[in-house]
Amino acid sequence: MSIYMRVIFIICYVVLAPFLGGFLEGLDRKISARMQGRVGPPVLQPFYDVQKLLNKQVIAVSRAQTFLLMTYMLLMIFTGAMFFAGSDILMCFFILATAATFLYFAAMITSSPYSTIGAQRELIQMMAYEPAVLLTCVGFYLSAKTFNVSDIAASPLSHILYMPGFFFAFVFIMTIKMRKSPFDTATSHHMHQELVKGLTTEMGARNLAFFQIAEWYENIFLLGVVALFIINNNPWSILAAVLVILAVYFVEILIDNTSARFRWDQMLKITWLVTLLSAGVNLLILMLIS
Amino acid sequence: MQVIPFLICFPLLCAVLMYCIRADKVRNVIAYAGAVIIIAATALLVMQWMMGGRQPMELYVHTEMVNHLILAGDFLLMIVVTFLCFRYKKYLICLLSIAPTILIAYVELAGPELKEIAHVRVDYLSILMCVIVGLIGSLIVVYAVGYMDGYHKHHTEFQDRRYYFFMILFLFLGAMFGFVVSNSLLWLIFFWETTSVCSFLLIGYTRETEAINNSFRALWMNLLGGCALSVGVTLYIYSKGQDSLQELIRYGKYLDERHVIAFAVALIAFAALTKAAQMPFSTWLMGAMVAPTPSSALLHSATMVKAGIYILFRLGPAMSEKASGNMIALIGGFTFFAASVMAIAQHDGKKVLAFSTISNLGLMVACAGVGRAETIWAGIFLMIFHAISKSLLFQDIGATENATHSREIESMHGLLYRVPKLAIFMFIGIVGMFLAPFGMLISKWSALRAAVDESNILLVVFIVFGSATTSFYWTKWLGKIISPTHNAVHTNVEDITQKSETLSLTIHAVLMIALCVLFPVLSVNYVEPLLIEQFNHSAEVIPTAVLYTLIVIILLVFLVPFLADRAFKNRRTNVKLAYMNGINVGNNTGFIDSFGEPKQLWMSNYYFTKYIGQKKLMFPCQLFTLAVLIVMMARILGGVF
Amino acid sequence: MGKVARSPWLLHYDGSSCNGCDIEVLACLTPVYDAERFGIMNTGDPLQADIFLITGGVNTQNKDVVKQIYDQMPRPKVVVAVGVCACTGGVFKECYNILGGADSVIPVDIYVPGCAARPQAIIDGIVKAVALFQERSDEHDAKVKAEKKGGR
Repeated sequence: MSIYMRVIFIICYVVLAPFLGGFLEGLDRKISARMQGRVGPPVLQPFYDVQKLLNKQVIAVSRAQTFLLMTYMLLMIFTGAMFFAGSDILMCFFILATAATFLYFAAMITSSPYSTIGAQRELIQMMAYEPAVLLTCVGFYLSAKTFNVSDIAASPLSHILYMPGFFFAFVFIMTIKMRKSPFDTATSHHMHQELVKGLTTEMGARNLAFFQIAEWYENIFLLGVVALFIINNNPWSILAAVLVILAVYFVEILIDNTSARFRWDQMLKITWLVTLLSAGVNLLILMLIS
Repeated sequence: MQVIPFLICFPLLCAVLMYCIRADKVRNVIAYAGAVIIIAATALLVMQWMMGGRQPMELYVHTEMVNHLILAGDFLLMIVVTFLCFRYKKYLICLLSIAPTILIAYVELAGPELKEIAHVRVDYLSILMCVIVGLIGSLIVVYAVGYMDGYHKHHTEFQDRRYYFFMILFLFLGAMFGFVVSNSLLWLIFFWETTSVCSFLLIGYTRETEAINNSFRALWMNLLGGCALSVGVTLYIYSKGQDSLQELIRYGKYLDERHVIAFAVALIAFAALTKAAQMPFSTWLMGAMVAPTPSSALLHSATMVKAGIYILFRLGPAMSEKASGNMIALIGGFTFFAASVMAIAQHDGKKVLAFSTISNLGLMVACAGVGRAETIWAGIFLMIFHAISKSLLFQDIGATENATHSREIESMHGLLYRVPKLAIFMFIGIVGMFLAPFGMLISKWSALRAAVDESNILLVVFIVFGSATTSFYWTKWLGKIISPTHNAVHTNVEDITQKSETLSLTIHAVLMIALCVLFPVLSVNYVEPLLIEQFNHSAEVIPTAVLYTLIVIILLVFLVPFLADRAFKNRRTNVKLAYMNGINVGNNTGFIDSFGEPKQLWMSNYYFTKYIGQKKLMFPCQLFTLAVLIVMMARILGGVF
Repeated sequence: MGKVARSPWLLHYDGSSCNGCDIEVLACLTPVYDAERFGIMNTGDPLQADIFLITGGVNTQNKDVVKQIYDQMPRPKVVVAVGVCACTGGVFKECYNILGGADSVIPVDIYVPGCAARPQAIIDGIVKAVALFQERSDEHDAKVKAEKKGGR
């Protein structure tokens, strides 16, 4: 991939990702509402929300929170930019973990009980999904003999053929990363009162807008990883990738609307079990045939 | 080339002085001077080696006199151990010392004629170890001067035996220098046993019942390793008629697994496992926590455990793709994962550090076990980062304990606002241990890749799960430090860190940051030549250009929000109370309960002690690793005979 | 400046109501009325809320709570008192522990009558509150702008 292409990809990601992410979230809310027999908000509702949040009085529980949240957002953008520039995928996920750490700090710095509970649960979630994420990277490495996203995407066959187990594990942990039920233990999008808003409880106005935008960047990055399973050197595979992304997103919405929240230990056990059984067995097979 | 004997003997001289001088002030001055001289001598050694074109220096071929001295030293150690064993009625342990000493004496006096070899060999790896021992070890001595002063002010129940403490510290440094430059395995055994005995004496410093029990546990585990080492060396000497470490590695590399050398290598590697506190032998390092903090810092960072790692890195090429390598990689990988899981359940700061040491050592051991250039690259960086970071963290916890009278992580809540200086040092130390883009992470990345290349699926799984649990306990701890304090009572904490402690901490922190920024330079100029020396080929782990861009961009990413924060400062931010259902007491430290009484808000981390406590997991893990060790050793033995 | 009326987030607080109005507030969010089609969300977190929906009267125990929650909301904000009790104290007005309606501790903008207030009435009140919210937001923007100019 030439350097110009890389720059174009980075610019596209940085500029378009929040719009795409917001749009997808709008669709998400609409579809969720329809599943519940409601009309639902307009598709552009997430943008209205963020616009309003940016327009409100600037408040904070701790002044340092803004700084930490901005670092979180920038690291998230950086992760996605590295990914879409075709860089090292394992490094992307390491930086993503650093970004998540900053989110944890942003929640812990407020000394609020709800925020702290949410942050602690977020940490458990990180522990739950990290193995699957790293194993997915290993799977790509075994399948494509490289960690470079640009090289992975340019292989003759779609990688999902070699790594269906990894794909399943990754989609499974996407439920955690996208903060969907049954794994939305760290924060809740609806008024689950036991932890109020979880780790976002103390984020009001501008800070919440930053958080929201960072989430959109993150979602697009994760969906990009999903696409990486599908894309090969045939241009038509991009279309297939888009379809798979939409299907995955729909499945996530369906899971979100049909399941009740898990406890942390259930989540950890199930996630690690799925990771081991699905990704681990796939890893074993890949290692044996290669 | 007088620097090397100087480096070994000068700490010995210091040790004698420390023991003889009972005036605190004079002794402290001499300790400072000794530390500075050791650093200077290390620097001189590095300079000389650089001037010699960075070629391996092979020295001291004819050393009958020294050989005899070292044999006498072996006996002296045996007598000390036996005496103490009888004094504390631990009779069986002394056998572990007597047996190998007699074996070695027999081999040396009545065994085969040994080929003439250079007894001292200084190459890249030795120089690196010398720098770690010289620099970090000396800084720990500097720190100890201030720390022990405060320690004996608080702990009046213990007899003030600082002369003894400093004697052991210096003795330890001397033994480590000897250990890392020895090419003769007979010399190596002597220094090996010296470090074992030194650590035993350090752990028992306070003479409490617990301390004495723990020190004997450390002793027997390490002496067991010493026995294995002696047997391994004896096998090697009888089979090849020489005791050169360098030749052993060469033989190990080219001879197949049916040769007796394979078993000798496996035995030495087994010895290294005990020293590096791998499971099932990790409990001695946990027990070492009872000693004053500088000794923990010394055991965990610069000396002792690093001796095990050092010898494994040396043996790496000889173990690669052999049964012994598989055994070491499996034990290391498992220890990495299991220890990091148990670290989650610890709430004593020093215990977390201890488990994290065991866990990180596990990763290094696994790297050595795989024995490829890439993994040794990763392992060496892990070792460097770990040495600095652990030394920093232990010293910092010691200082924090002196200030706040607690080393519980829970009581470090809001440390940033109570003892800011120490909290920032702690932050630097912890962040260096696990966060991107700092060195540990790159090393982990490289270890993972090498494990995949090796098709070592178990190791891959251990690294993947272990890194998840590792970041869990570190992040948890970091969160504690930065949370605003909830305990108004403890806010007035006096930072009683002495100047010498602060000096040592600052140097560590600066080293840590410098290392994070400069590690591509280190990789190209030092570690890659080191690999060429060991493997005849280097490892292109990560292209340097990529590393540099990564570092630059990451710095930018941290800089931008900082500037943005500055810019936003002019805009008014309304500070609101944290949300507690509208019932907080007017600030964020408490709330009104249902009886209308104010109540303190107290927030704690997750520890899951019920699920993954040390009590629950340690024994099964030990059992498992013991089984692996026995089976694998039997397999290697069966392959040989 | 911005059009904020499309995203009014509610905070619902139950003073000392009989729970009648609370049920009706929840009814607004059900598929039958679906308040979310206007972008209305029940946040449960004052730091993220724009409209403070209060049901039931204020008593001596919760007056500080109401005040504190109100203070935690970022400007611009609107207060809606739902039901007779929140408007005036209702049937509990003369109780020993009741101070009166919500306006006895915080400034109330919209009064929604009814015992219990019907969902239609509540939604109507919220829609009025949303208009007021937009108005105040514009004022807020103008003020911020003026401050910025003054600052420079």
